[in-house]
Amino acid sequence: MRLRDAVSAVRETGDFTAIQEAIPYTRFMGITAELVDDEVIGRMSYSDHLVGNAAVPALHGGTLGALMESTAIFKLLWHGETTTVPKTINITVEYLRGARPEDVFARAEFTRHGRRVANVRVFAYQDDPTRPVAVATAHFLLVQE
Amino acid sequence: MSDPFLSQKDDIRRRLEGRYVGAVPHNQALNLHVVDYRPEHLSLALPYREDLVGNPETGVLHGGCITSLIDATCGGAVIMSLAAPRRIATLDLRIDYVRPALPHQEVICDAHCYKVTRHVAFVRAAAHHGDSASPIATSSGTFVVFRDEGRRPEDGEST
Repeated sequence: MRLRDAVSAVRETGDFTAIQEAIPYTRFMGITAELVDDEVIGRMSYSDHLVGNAAVPALHGGTLGALMESTAIFKLLWHGETTTVPKTINITVEYLRGARPEDVFARAEFTRHGRRVANVRVFAYQDDPTRPVAVATAHFLLVQE
Repeated sequence: MSDPFLSQKDDIRRRLEGRYVGAVPHNQALNLHVVDYRPEHLSLALPYREDLVGNPETGVLHGGCITSLIDATCGGAVIMSLAAPRRIATLDLRIDYVRPALPHQEVICDAHCYKVTRHVAFVRAAAHHGDSASPIATSSGTFVVFRDEGRRPEDGEST
């Protein structure tokens, strides 16, 4: 399925499986999203290859960045008016505590959703949403260059 | 001209690869490998792979694996700048995508740890397709350096 069609399908059904299936990297990472009380929640299912430090053990920081960037994009696609995939202008990831080798969730907020650019704040957490393991701020370009 | 230190460099490169790639499951899953190193500098490469593509219409790699590449390279540059082996953790990492990445090309990250204080290390990095003068992403990050290796790791401390 083309990404464009996948996005349209998600808008109709609220089931993000189609987008996840259309993007090879999110499949590789076990990253998906679901609607929980009308809120887009990203999820990265644990697998051994996501580990960054086997001694602690803790997930690789890059994987948390990947989950948060993907969640922001999922939310933009869900709320946006076009089926163009938003382009990441920049992303700043702040690591707050070690992420255990378990599933990670993410919730995104639009700080500003303009016509051209969106500023999105993302929170990644494990069992307790009030104790994020990492947060990110990212800007996305919403129009074709 | 042949490099008289080539065999020595190869040996160091293999050891670095064992440390930054072999010992780190996710770096291994991405097939990262050491391209170059010198004091305070490390370059790692991320080979292009279909299963890492973020936009199937363009074939370009997902930003997420670029983030992992940059994080891994910056962390490695910090470790190479420390006088003794210490555990480190990323505090923050900012990545600016200055130019679209191209499909079917590996991505190389050059990281420079330009300052180490007692507890914090500062790094700048750039990712490119082989020409460092034409980066696809520029980045800066800070890392905390743990000086208390005997202690058990606690909440708040990661890779």
